Amino acid sequence: MPVAGPPRGRGPLARGEARLAWGLLMPTVLIVSAVVILPLLAIFWISVKPVQLSDLRPPALVLREDLRRVEAPGDAGTWRFRLRNSSPDRPLRGVSFADAVPPGLTPGSLPEPCAMADNRLTCTFGEVPGGWRERIEVPVTAGPGFDPALRVQDTAPATTAEATSVLTDATFTLQNFARVFDGAEFWDVLYATLFYTVVGTIGAIVMGLFAALLLDKSFRGQGILRGLYLFPYVAPVIAVAFAWIILFDPFSGSANALLIRMGMTEDAINFFGERPLALIMVTVFEIWRYFPLSFLFILARIQSIPADMYEAADMDGASPFQQFAWLSLPQLLGILSVLFLLRFIWTFNKFDDIFLLTGGNAGTRTLTVNVYEQAFAISNIGAGAAVAVVIFGCLLLFSALFFRFISREEGL
Amino acid sequence: MSLLRRGDVAAALLGALWLVTLSVTVAVGMSFATGGAFRPAIGAALLWGGAAGVLALRMGRAGVRAGGILVAAACLLGLLPPMTQAAGTAAQAVGAAILGGALALALRATLAGLVPGANDRHAFEAAVIRFLTGFGYIFFTAIVAIPFWVMLMTSFKSRAEQVANPLDFGIDLSRGRDLFRSYEELFTQFDFGLYMMNSAFISVVTVLVTLSFAIPGAYAVARLRFRGQAAFSRAILLIYMVPLIVLALPIYIAFSLTGLRNSIFGILLIYPVTTIPVALYMLQGYFRGLPAEVEEAGLMDGLSRLQVIWKITLPLSLPALASVGLYVFMIAWNEFLLAFMLLDDPSKFTLTRGIAALNSSEIPRQHLMAGSVIATVPIMALFLGLERFMTKGLTAGSVKG
Repeated sequence: MPVAGPPRGRGPLARGEARLAWGLLMPTVLIVSAVVILPLLAIFWISVKPVQLSDLRPPALVLREDLRRVEAPGDAGTWRFRLRNSSPDRPLRGVSFADAVPPGLTPGSLPEPCAMADNRLTCTFGEVPGGWRERIEVPVTAGPGFDPALRVQDTAPATTAEATSVLTDATFTLQNFARVFDGAEFWDVLYATLFYTVVGTIGAIVMGLFAALLLDKSFRGQGILRGLYLFPYVAPVIAVAFAWIILFDPFSGSANALLIRMGMTEDAINFFGERPLALIMVTVFEIWRYFPLSFLFILARIQSIPADMYEAADMDGASPFQQFAWLSLPQLLGILSVLFLLRFIWTFNKFDDIFLLTGGNAGTRTLTVNVYEQAFAISNIGAGAAVAVVIFGCLLLFSALFFRFISREEGL
Repeated sequence: MSLLRRGDVAAALLGALWLVTLSVTVAVGMSFATGGAFRPAIGAALLWGGAAGVLALRMGRAGVRAGGILVAAACLLGLLPPMTQAAGTAAQAVGAAILGGALALALRATLAGLVPGANDRHAFEAAVIRFLTGFGYIFFTAIVAIPFWVMLMTSFKSRAEQVANPLDFGIDLSRGRDLFRSYEELFTQFDFGLYMMNSAFISVVTVLVTLSFAIPGAYAVARLRFRGQAAFSRAILLIYMVPLIVLALPIYIAFSLTGLRNSIFGILLIYPVTTIPVALYMLQGYFRGLPAEVEEAGLMDGLSRLQVIWKITLPLSLPALASVGLYVFMIAWNEFLLAFMLLDDPSKFTLTRGIAALNSSEIPRQHLMAGSVIATVPIMALFLGLERFMTKGLTAGSVKG
């Protein structure tokens, strides 16, 4: 007699469900891989290529055409083409152009690389070096059918030219990475990144914890205060960053005026322009801007701690600080560690804030700002990509830690 | 420790701390309000505050009042100088009154429950916590409000006024309409109206596109069983952690080569992709929390999966959709990096890119601040109006920033 039991294996229903799931996910998978996965692969590729910002515009053949000393029927003059390679250092291959002879003109003897067929002039140059220039002059005489209003510039000749882009050819280099890890600058960048990330993360969480404890009581105006405390996070970063810059401006900033009037300092302080103050200031800004987020998370967790635990502790004579240390903190440890890891990663990834506040000057250049600095300020896209690869490596490490230590049950 | 818990010592300490906190607060506040010079004297404040604390503890209600009056009087007579120099008598009187009153209120609230002799640990710590709470409110409100206050007030001032006295944030109402000149110029000469339309359009489209991708995806991850489900949810979180600057570089190159740079279409191609992982992550959490029984009942009654999503799941998750939508709107509205890198043509600027363009030495500072206010106000209004959804959205999925 067959033993009755639950069916094993995947039945048609399960297969249908899986098909539907993939159907629903497919658009997302496609678009995310197009805009996230492909660029990530591209970054690895570019990081080993000697690419400059100017290479993004591939070399092209530039051609100008004109007609000289031919104004009326019977004139003898030249039909002139000036060609050049727009790139000073990279060659063009298969260079040629072809143009129909304008009506009423009769070409004379043709210069070297040119030929006539079917009343069409064709000149072929083959491969030309970077910075190449050439002038082709065809002697012409105007016949009776020549129209003095003719402008040869109006019909563009057909041109052919092929360029190899540095982005796709087979030249590779490790120079980019050498540049990134080069000497003292790298340690500077690493120090700024670590300081900013560690102090910023811990500071934001501690401030958030304090703010959450404040708002864990219900009173009139609590909603307003909670809304107000979220403002730094909700406002556009560019707006608040500029507000800070103006507030701490060394010449006309209120903070300096206040400090001088109060007698705290003699001279104006250049908050965002001096080492090591600038790094401290951008870190303070980071804490200011992101404490609301930690505060929201911690507040949500605090409010889910059952009140009777505190009542019982009160009965047993635990003082408020003891209650905080032995009841609240252990309950909050989970969310605090999740917050720490996630915020750590996000602070590490942060770019806009420092870029807007100091532009990476005065010892505030973190790894992310360095990507921009290398790629756009120094115009070395390859080096920028190499920094991005370093960042991505760090990120993988952090994520591995994240998945290793934080189980999904802990809130996130 | 037990010495610290003696009523007199504790009261003196708390009174001193309160008076220092309040004098700094009043001095900064009065400076900002009047532009005058107010200087808190920490040492004197410690002494007088301690005295007021002991007085308040010993004599109860009357002592509290006496302490307040004493401090206000000392302040007026110049014995306690939280505000010296040429502040003007009227301003000084107002400052003194505020300081005395605030101290009285603070002492009454903080010292309740303390007795002059030895206190138990409970009463002492409760008093300390009351001080810390009050201090916290003042501290957080100040640090949050001051930058926004400076932003708003600077936008109303002319360059000359600002250099003349950077501390003065009073509004000169006699200037009338002229106060809003920088706003007027931004809208008439700098096309901020257009930028605002661009930003609004881009943000709304981003929200719609994001939701249309994220809803089916999140549903699949949350509800349907398929191979690779767990790996998939991890991948979402992982992608969500890739820094934008790493992606921005290849995107910049690709857009440069294909001519998508400087087009709103290009921006619309990128923005949703940066928000889809967030939205997917937030929504799948919400879908998991919905009771599966309702959906199963729908399946039993002959609805197909897609009909179940459309007729049951979506109506049930409207609040979550609102939260996610708002959050995505906020990200798109505030986005700066991609707009900055990809847009060069002033007719296609978003608000944030427009503000970045104002940051030059030829354009006066108040224009920059007026632009910041213009970008901040809509998102704030939206946030305050829909705070419930917004807060939920912020907590639901986003440790991102």
